[in-house]
Amino acid sequence: MHPATPVSFLWLIPALPAFGVLFNVFLGRRAGHAAVSLVSPGVVGGAFVAAAYAFTRLLALPPGSALAERLYPWITAGTLQVDVAFRIDALSAVMVLVVSGVGFLIHVYSVGYMHDDPDYVRYFTYLNLFTFAMLVLVLADNLPLLFVGWEGVGLCSYLLIGFWYDKDASAGKKAFVVNRIGDAGFLLGLFLLFWNLGGGAHSLSFDEIAAHARQIPAGTVTAITLLLFVGATGKSAQLPLYVWLPDAMAGPTPVSALIHAATMVTAGVYMIARLHFLYVLAPLSMGVVATVGALTALFAATIGLMQNDIKKVLAYSTVSQLGYMFLGVGVGAFSAGVFHLMTHAFFKGLLFLGAGSVIHGMGGEQDMQKMGGLRAYQPITFWTFVAATLAITGIPGFAGFFSKDEILAQAFSSPHGSVWLWLLGAIAAGLTSFYMFRLLFLTFFGECRADEHVRHHIHESPAAMTMPLIVLAILAVIGGYVGVPEHWLWGNRFAAFLEPVLGAPPEAVSAGAATEYLLMGASVLVALIGLGVAYQFYIVQPGLPTFLAWKAQGAYNLIFNKYYVDEIYDLLFVRSTVRLSTWLWRFFDVGIIDGLVNGTAEAVGANSGLWRRWQTGNVQQYAASMLLGAMAILGYFALRR
Amino acid sequence: MSAVPVEWFLVLAALLFTIGAVGVLVRRNIIVIFMCIELMLNAVNLVFVAFSRQLHSMDGQVVVFFVMTVAAAEAAVGLAIIIAAFRNRETVNADELNLLRW
Repeated sequence: MHPATPVSFLWLIPALPAFGVLFNVFLGRRAGHAAVSLVSPGVVGGAFVAAAYAFTRLLALPPGSALAERLYPWITAGTLQVDVAFRIDALSAVMVLVVSGVGFLIHVYSVGYMHDDPDYVRYFTYLNLFTFAMLVLVLADNLPLLFVGWEGVGLCSYLLIGFWYDKDASAGKKAFVVNRIGDAGFLLGLFLLFWNLGGGAHSLSFDEIAAHARQIPAGTVTAITLLLFVGATGKSAQLPLYVWLPDAMAGPTPVSALIHAATMVTAGVYMIARLHFLYVLAPLSMGVVATVGALTALFAATIGLMQNDIKKVLAYSTVSQLGYMFLGVGVGAFSAGVFHLMTHAFFKGLLFLGAGSVIHGMGGEQDMQKMGGLRAYQPITFWTFVAATLAITGIPGFAGFFSKDEILAQAFSSPHGSVWLWLLGAIAAGLTSFYMFRLLFLTFFGECRADEHVRHHIHESPAAMTMPLIVLAILAVIGGYVGVPEHWLWGNRFAAFLEPVLGAPPEAVSAGAATEYLLMGASVLVALIGLGVAYQFYIVQPGLPTFLAWKAQGAYNLIFNKYYVDEIYDLLFVRSTVRLSTWLWRFFDVGIIDGLVNGTAEAVGANSGLWRRWQTGNVQQYAASMLLGAMAILGYFALRR
Repeated sequence: MSAVPVEWFLVLAALLFTIGAVGVLVRRNIIVIFMCIELMLNAVNLVFVAFSRQLHSMDGQVVVFFVMTVAAAEAAVGLAIIIAAFRNRETVNADELNLLRW
């Protein structure tokens, strides 16, 4: 590990979006639509340029180097000495490029998508604020600063989910509350880590944690990593805290693309990759991460099969794909997890933006049952959507194939992995293929099922929206080639780039080219099976799904209603909390707190009511009491001796 | 020097003061109450004068002048208040002038 090279331009990367926020807050309304449309995407583009410059600087240094910038001491309290410090190494370089690059494209897209929204300026204020917070998260050199970004993106997520708060604000609140549960775990993990780092001053920077990691007792490391993982399940929508993400689709579609697909929800994966040196010390935590990831991947994929809202399908797909990433990092294949994070940012961002383009063209319709045949109306959206679908389903040659295949191969062959984890992932891959092609067929193929009025208005989206689609489509096609499997073309350059930071992937137990090709063939096969079934169901025999749903009504209802998880949570947690709160309000707040305050006032009032009777208004009574008083005083002095 | 001892003056003054005080407390007519206050003031004046003579000091007599001045001013203001009250309420009964209460 080389010492970090000090530089002095890293602050620019988050500062540019922060400037955009200030501009929008103070000048946005006065400067007008056009200026905001220029400045808000512009600052994010600027951040991307700065990040790209940092990347080239990093490439010029030997592998394993890092750029670092210490801005100022932030917290100095006893042995805790935390700086505001940024750091770019291979891992954060990938993240910063993805966040600012995809973020820039989505800002541009938003200019077209949100064009007619009356709250245009507020939208871009939030979006820039999000970019700022996310960049702080990935650039942070220490865990407390990462947590600042972590909370910042959570806040922006809440603000943007509830962007149309006059319609319905409950989804935003749900996201906020569920994320708080996870963040409580994160904070406890952070405290536990600081507590166990031993004597001396601590800056909690990642280098320092890595240096001290081996001195922490094994059980404590397990506890720390599990608590931090609780935070990750909240932020990255894993079982059991995934419930907020599907509801988060209430926000504007570019927000779903940026925050709830490409960047923020991957923060948990990034955090685990960042702290990989802790996780490798806790095999139990690794097992939990991998198992939760694999189960989430399968669980969410099954729900995705039956959704009719185009954004809900993509939301469950996101939960499922995040499960893959956790499966990857959980079996020790950190670079594979980050690789899938990157390709997922491309193709899932693209899928959401494509869905947004469809919704835009259909005049706000999100129900796939009322779509169909859009291929003819929206050719650019269609072709980019096809590219993204091929990428996510893992069709060979597209980005998702390389990243997903690497995760599945590692899940099988890594010492942390097992055939069961691989099986869960492979089944989920088949389901992914089915629901994605189902979405594609229902939306773009067949007859248009929209009513006459809507059909008349379907149009291709403006250039501000289609250009980002095209760029992302190119990335979704070629993005995987930085990490092709070993011995192909130029090998896995991506993993090689990350290896000095994340360490080599664990030695395979059952290596061998034959096994590897067998696994690859299997995952391609399940993807093709998914495609074939979807083709049969939605192109050849469109009546078949309804028939099957009728045949297997129980299972259909269970999945269609998302396993009733929301209802179960409502029954178990929400209602009891509401009941407790109501009781506390009625009994403690109204009874005791208000009772004390009002009781004091009433006691004083009653007492005064008694004593004011002395004030009769009769002068002679006053005179008499004066006389009595004077006599009493005189009598006292006279009789004192 | 006269042979009247100072005690006589003091007893007379005490009697006058008591009559005044009782009058203030029991009478209903404000004008009578007012006159009773004057009576109390003059009882005190009498004590001052008596001691002044007894002790061969002019201080007591000086205070008496002050008391008479204040009493004159007080009589002017008090009577004005009584007239004003009467004009408003058409009564000089102290029991009925009891608005200043709870």
